[in-house]
Amino acid sequence: MLGKGVVGGGGGTKAPKPSFVSYVRPEEIHTNEKEVTEKEVTLHLLPGEQLLCEASTVLKYVQEDSCQHGVYGRLVCTDFKIAFLGDDESALDNDETQFKNKVIGENDITLHCVDQIYGVFDEKKKTLFGQLKKYPEKLIIHCKDLRVFQFCLRYTKEEEVKRIVSGIIHHTQAPKLLKRLFLFSYATAAQNNTVTDPKNHTVMFDTLKDWCWELERTKGNMKYKAVSVNEGYKVCERLPAYFVVPTPLPEENVQRFQGHGIPIWCWSCHNGSALLKMSALPKEQDDGILQIQKSFLDGIYKTIHRPPYEIVKTEDLSSNFLSLQEIQTAYSKFKQLFLIDNSTEFWDTDIKWFSLLESSSWLDIIRRCLKKAIEITECMEAQNMNVLLLEENASDLCCLISSLVQLMMDPHCRTRIGFQSLIQKEWVMGGHCFLDRCNHLRQNDKEEVPVFLLFLDCVWQLVHQHPPAFEFTETYLTVLSDSLYIPIFSTFFFNSPHQKDTNMGREGQDTQSKPLNLLTVWDWSVQFEPKAQTLLKNPLYVEKPKLDKGQRKGMRFKHQRQLSLPLTQSKSSPKRGFFREETDHLIKNLLGKRISKLINSSDELQDNFREFYDSWHSKSTDYHGLLLPHIEGPEIKVWAQRYLRWIPEAQILGGGQVATLSKLLEMMEEVQSLQEKIDERHHSQQAPQAEAPCLLRNSARLSSLFPFALLQRHSSKPVLPTSGWKALGDEDDLAKREDEFVDLGDV
Amino acid sequence: MASASTSKYNSHSLENESIKRTSRDGVNRDLTEAVPRLPGETLITDKEVIYICPFNGPIKGRVYITNYRLYLRSLETDSSLILDVPLGVISRIEKMGGATSRGENSYGLDITCKDMRNLRFALKQEGHSRRDMFEILTRYAFPLAHSLPLFAFLNEEKFNVDGWTVYNPVEEYRRQGLPNHHWRITFINKCYELCDTYPALLVVPYRASDDDLRRVATFRSRNRIPVLSWIHPENKTVIVRCSQPLVGMSGKRNKDDEKYLDVIRETNKQISKLTIYDARPSVNAVANKATGGGYESDDAYHNAELFFLDIHNIHVMRESLKKVKDIVYPNVEESHWLSSLESTHWLEHIKLVLTGAIQVADKVSSGKSSVLVHCSDGWDRTAQLTSLAMLMLDSFYRSIEGFEILVQKEWISFGHKFASRIGHGDKNHTDADRSPIFLQFIDCVWQMSKQFPTAFEFNEQFLIIILDHLYSCRFGTFLFNCESARERQKVTERTVSLWSLINSNKEKFKNPFYTKEINRVLYPVASMRHLELWVNYYIRWNPRIKQQQPNPVEQRYMELLALRDEYIKRLEELQLANSAKLSDPPTSPSSPSQMMPHVQTHF
Repeated sequence: MLGKGVVGGGGGTKAPKPSFVSYVRPEEIHTNEKEVTEKEVTLHLLPGEQLLCEASTVLKYVQEDSCQHGVYGRLVCTDFKIAFLGDDESALDNDETQFKNKVIGENDITLHCVDQIYGVFDEKKKTLFGQLKKYPEKLIIHCKDLRVFQFCLRYTKEEEVKRIVSGIIHHTQAPKLLKRLFLFSYATAAQNNTVTDPKNHTVMFDTLKDWCWELERTKGNMKYKAVSVNEGYKVCERLPAYFVVPTPLPEENVQRFQGHGIPIWCWSCHNGSALLKMSALPKEQDDGILQIQKSFLDGIYKTIHRPPYEIVKTEDLSSNFLSLQEIQTAYSKFKQLFLIDNSTEFWDTDIKWFSLLESSSWLDIIRRCLKKAIEITECMEAQNMNVLLLEENASDLCCLISSLVQLMMDPHCRTRIGFQSLIQKEWVMGGHCFLDRCNHLRQNDKEEVPVFLLFLDCVWQLVHQHPPAFEFTETYLTVLSDSLYIPIFSTFFFNSPHQKDTNMGREGQDTQSKPLNLLTVWDWSVQFEPKAQTLLKNPLYVEKPKLDKGQRKGMRFKHQRQLSLPLTQSKSSPKRGFFREETDHLIKNLLGKRISKLINSSDELQDNFREFYDSWHSKSTDYHGLLLPHIEGPEIKVWAQRYLRWIPEAQILGGGQVATLSKLLEMMEEVQSLQEKIDERHHSQQAPQAEAPCLLRNSARLSSLFPFALLQRHSSKPVLPTSGWKALGDEDDLAKREDEFVDLGDV
Repeated sequence: MASASTSKYNSHSLENESIKRTSRDGVNRDLTEAVPRLPGETLITDKEVIYICPFNGPIKGRVYITNYRLYLRSLETDSSLILDVPLGVISRIEKMGGATSRGENSYGLDITCKDMRNLRFALKQEGHSRRDMFEILTRYAFPLAHSLPLFAFLNEEKFNVDGWTVYNPVEEYRRQGLPNHHWRITFINKCYELCDTYPALLVVPYRASDDDLRRVATFRSRNRIPVLSWIHPENKTVIVRCSQPLVGMSGKRNKDDEKYLDVIRETNKQISKLTIYDARPSVNAVANKATGGGYESDDAYHNAELFFLDIHNIHVMRESLKKVKDIVYPNVEESHWLSSLESTHWLEHIKLVLTGAIQVADKVSSGKSSVLVHCSDGWDRTAQLTSLAMLMLDSFYRSIEGFEILVQKEWISFGHKFASRIGHGDKNHTDADRSPIFLQFIDCVWQMSKQFPTAFEFNEQFLIIILDHLYSCRFGTFLFNCESARERQKVTERTVSLWSLINSNKEKFKNPFYTKEINRVLYPVASMRHLELWVNYYIRWNPRIKQQQPNPVEQRYMELLALRDEYIKRLEELQLANSAKLSDPPTSPSSPSQMMPHVQTHF
């Protein structure tokens, strides 16, 4: 703040960035070394994990309020992670309230989670890569889960500094071969330890039976069939072994263009309309091949436009929607806003926070995704149209949009099992290239795009706006996003089911070795104890009540009425000639040309969208029915729990929504206890005691970003901005005006 | 009984309250009664109009104008209420179109309101209905210009609770443990002779005599001397408020003022220096010297430490709120929403006010120093800082009645110029004295309640209804500029208090998550990462933005509360049954489970 009596000062002065000042004299280092030796913490290694290099007497900075102090310990690098073993770690282990990941500790960084490594030379921060001529006195690691670690190497032996820094750079930046990744070392070593959670009922969609079950559940089995033409990946390596196509479609068509140009079923609505996706045919210059493609597509469209199918609306996500480059650019800017090195940086960016957010475009991209999903929902729900999503490989934006549409329209997808099954169906079996999009091999960062993170952020908007509709919590989504970078799970690791099966040895290439059993992220007990898993389950969620006989009749009546009403409003069926026009449009779209007719139809689209959107929002929410998000400017928010959780300045001590959640759980506990007493009075039975979620005790001291950011603050000092006032610009005249007229006669 | 459907555009609480109030009277009203009326409210006129709704297009309706409100009922849908606007909310009335206007709905009235909305009516050119409506609206929306009383003086409502008794300064200071060995109560201002904008009762240092106070008053702007607002229950540091010293260009000094500040400092032996927080940016404090004001330099005040808090003046705040309205009404600025919001600077002002209050609270709470707060005249920014700091420090003020007392004391009794800032009954909408200072304070309270959802007894509706009646002129609470004017006008005898309405309906304003805590200091985080635009207030008129649906977490919690009460009751009944069974041998062979059906609860 300003010094007293400052006359010339024009508002606050920006303080220089604080630099660490060592208070440890050289003579005291020996003492610390002794202490380190005595309190040495054991490095926890997973099966198959190997220690590669380490350094002792490393000082890890602990960011707290505006001051910085540190903890001494060892910094190690394995083939799985970078880990810091601090002296005071034992104290944290005794803290029962900590939400601990059993695989990755608080001071562990998986190699896949490292985003950027910086070194500080003479107070200057530089990116570290390749061979170093000079070694830094300070190491800063930015992680993909937004953690920031700062290590001081000034007190470490020089040769250890060289070894640990070189090792970290090499093992986090050097390109890797798929087979050499830790996933396989772990799977081999942990072969006998694999225990499948019997409670995990997530549908994996790797069998024909799974697809038939889904068809039956959504009542799509009258018009669509599960096919095994790609069993053993004979036809196409991008597609799953089993998938669903329109019933009349000849199976030999799938082989024509290796699965391209085939409408693949995603989901069916209660009114019979279906969501389909199709990967675009490869672009060709040869007129002859173009003609063949056109003829093929004509046949496809005739099939899906013929009864029993209704109108099909095509959404070309490759040309009229977001590009992958747009998503990557936006996210790169967005994440930088949360990788904060110190308090000064936090408050410097706070002044222009909203424009920084906006210029990253990330929230706007979320809005566009949700809007696109609403538009498709409107086509299916209100206009009773089938929708065909078109994309080059149908493995990025198709996964995103089809998942969002199903979340909005299908309450089953809002249960935990349903949501996990949805991800299996649309993303894992849908061939989303997790290996490339997460750049696990570090071979080509041009393929790295956070499409799945974008999906989770869109889901978070829905969960945040309609909490009772979802069985899972935002904490569930946060730890799911973290799991992208924990390479012991196969779920988010491969580019396709074929690649996974090949590398697991299931395809009989090497009949002598046993197939590997790889973990899936859905077995949450691998990462969390049962007590911690209670935070993944939403206490607000109420399961859909089961219908008794009387209600079932009413439901059927509702169903029929819902079917008939849109039909009355739907447009008349197009005439035969329309087919060719539609196909022509599609061909031209594939060739990248724009059509003015689309511009004309967009106005009508907007009106339909607006009417549908406003109509839905004017009613009270049925959490087990159609669920739409609000997408106006103020409604799309930053997912604070994921993005702000490691920033100490952003914590509200004793505040945030966790305070109300804590009260709610307390009340549920009390009600349950009373109910048990009543039962006891009736039956003189001892009811089993429900386990209390003690993680939420003492909410007065919990951070608003609970269960993360459990940093223990030494005091309850308030967080105070350190940056000064921004110039008002054209309002300087106003600022100079007197508050009130002053009668000079009084002076 | 006249019925009205739920208002789509007006505050729910206001409308529901009017209807409920009418019902509670027990008066049988004519079924053809078109407008719910308060006791004392009279119908002036009604006219057929077309309301040009900015969201749903033109709506044909009939507008009723009483001496209190403008009430529009749709003619297209039976008994469908569209607008219920207190006339006090009206800021400006303009005629739209002229004799030669030919376009559809281009001839009528355009009304600007103080609560973030505008109303537009199209009328027929024949029959002079616009002129009539314009004249009547002008007359009753701006009664001061026509020598008419504000509606508050005609209001004959009766409530179970008398809100005027909520605040008793002697009781409030006694709650704080005052007077004590260091602080005394003085009635030197009993007839407002020392300072006409201060309350009659003041708390001043024990060692300062009334003569000392008079000498200090000559050196403080408007004679607003440093007086106590709050004292810490344990460490006895205090928050003191006042106006700026009249230093002027020549750097005047006043030994009585200097000594007085030292006396304040010495009321606590533990501290070495008094901390002075000047709410202004330093450039403004310096500029005020040109008109006789200034700040406490360390040349003159050796035992004080001065900090400037960079909170801008009433003009900057007024323009900032105008920009907020521009981006949210009638339609939310969709493209570039965040940069539009940032360009209003509104949340930056909120941030600086909160930051200043946090510093005041922290200084007092840590016991290092007593704090003296001032701005220019000590009735705008100073009120914001002291009341917010007290809210952070003292959990009593987070209760419903405690908050009412806080507002009565720090804002109303200490002379925040409500009449000038709001323009009650005044037609001069361009008056430079208008400013949303109190709204900004309520916004800060909302930000705090959002960050600490279990710490406040009141809910969001409580804050909204206070703001609605800041403008409505239905109650006398916020009328006039100071206590002396209210005394002269006998406001507490001739008008009804807003707190009567609220305290008669407390359940509607309660936060079910409220957890009473003693001595817990709340420090909100004044960062843009956590501050957000108060959508349910600034954008509540837009039906496309989230309707005020009940918060699902709150709804579930209420259900659980009801369930718990039911179970407790049933458990008591079972215990009684068991007691009866123990005293009398059982004669009935049926088992208890058959007597009372078992109910399963699903979470």
